[in-house]
Amino acid sequence: MDSTGIVIGFWVLSGLSVVSALLVLLARNLLHSLVFLVVTFLSMAGLFITLSADFIAVAQILIYAGSISVLMVFAVMLTPLASRDNGNSIYLLPGLLGGLGIAALVGFVAVDTDWDERTGEGLAATDFPGTVNAIGDLLLGRYVLAFEIASVLLLFALLGAIVLVHDRPRSGTAASEGGDD
Amino acid sequence: MPEIPAIDELTVTLAHYLVVSGLVFGIGIVVALAKRNAIAVLMGVELMLNAVNLTLLAFSRFSSAFAEGDEPLSGHAFVVFVLTVAAAEAAIALALAVLVYRRQETVDLDRVNLLRW
Repeated sequence: MDSTGIVIGFWVLSGLSVVSALLVLLARNLLHSLVFLVVTFLSMAGLFITLSADFIAVAQILIYAGSISVLMVFAVMLTPLASRDNGNSIYLLPGLLGGLGIAALVGFVAVDTDWDERTGEGLAATDFPGTVNAIGDLLLGRYVLAFEIASVLLLFALLGAIVLVHDRPRSGTAASEGGDD
Repeated sequence: MPEIPAIDELTVTLAHYLVVSGLVFGIGIVVALAKRNAIAVLMGVELMLNAVNLTLLAFSRFSSAFAEGDEPLSGHAFVVFVLTVAAAEAAIALALAVLVYRRQETVDLDRVNLLRW
């Protein structure tokens, strides 16, 4: 992809996403790292747009930057006595080794392999097609079973979250306590 | 000294996107392994899922396995499923964090050691 806008967009957005992902790791306050996580999600959505994935980019903004981050803010706010510092555990060193190893491995494979990729004219011909119709056809055609299973999974996740957090009145004590547990 | 190319001679290839994805995935691993707070660990998992989404979309964009104008966009469909599972997983994990907090007044994973022998 050699159109100037995509090149500039790629470098700006990839730098932004990597730097803010690093700041998720380095921020001292948990809420600050949450904000940097949202920045990472938004710049990832921008990268998806440079890949001509318009539907996925909008879905990313709606689901990740919208709902999942709001869920996380709720979880942080619902645990007020827990520490707000974004401290590291004893697994920092193995984590750093594993992360560096994976990143180095992926980078090496990505650079070293001779990918049989489309370039130049053939790629520019498919810049920014509308993807919504094709994705709809796929989801209700070839992947319809997975689509249905995903909907059942979402239903059970919803029920599971409610069942987990719901306060059951303990038998016998609930009436006398007035249920203010 | 290598010549600095002009801006309109630069090009972005599949390898660029894969390197960015690998970096974000590595950072996600560090966050998921090295953080004490359960919610921060969940942030690391979301970073890793996002990096995988970027990989899927990059391969879908650059793949030469299909004729021009005939891209089936399977990578996009996979990303839709990954988004779905990520949303379900975030809801359950945050519910678990709130539950653990209600029992133990902490979400510090070093101090949730009920199963330690």
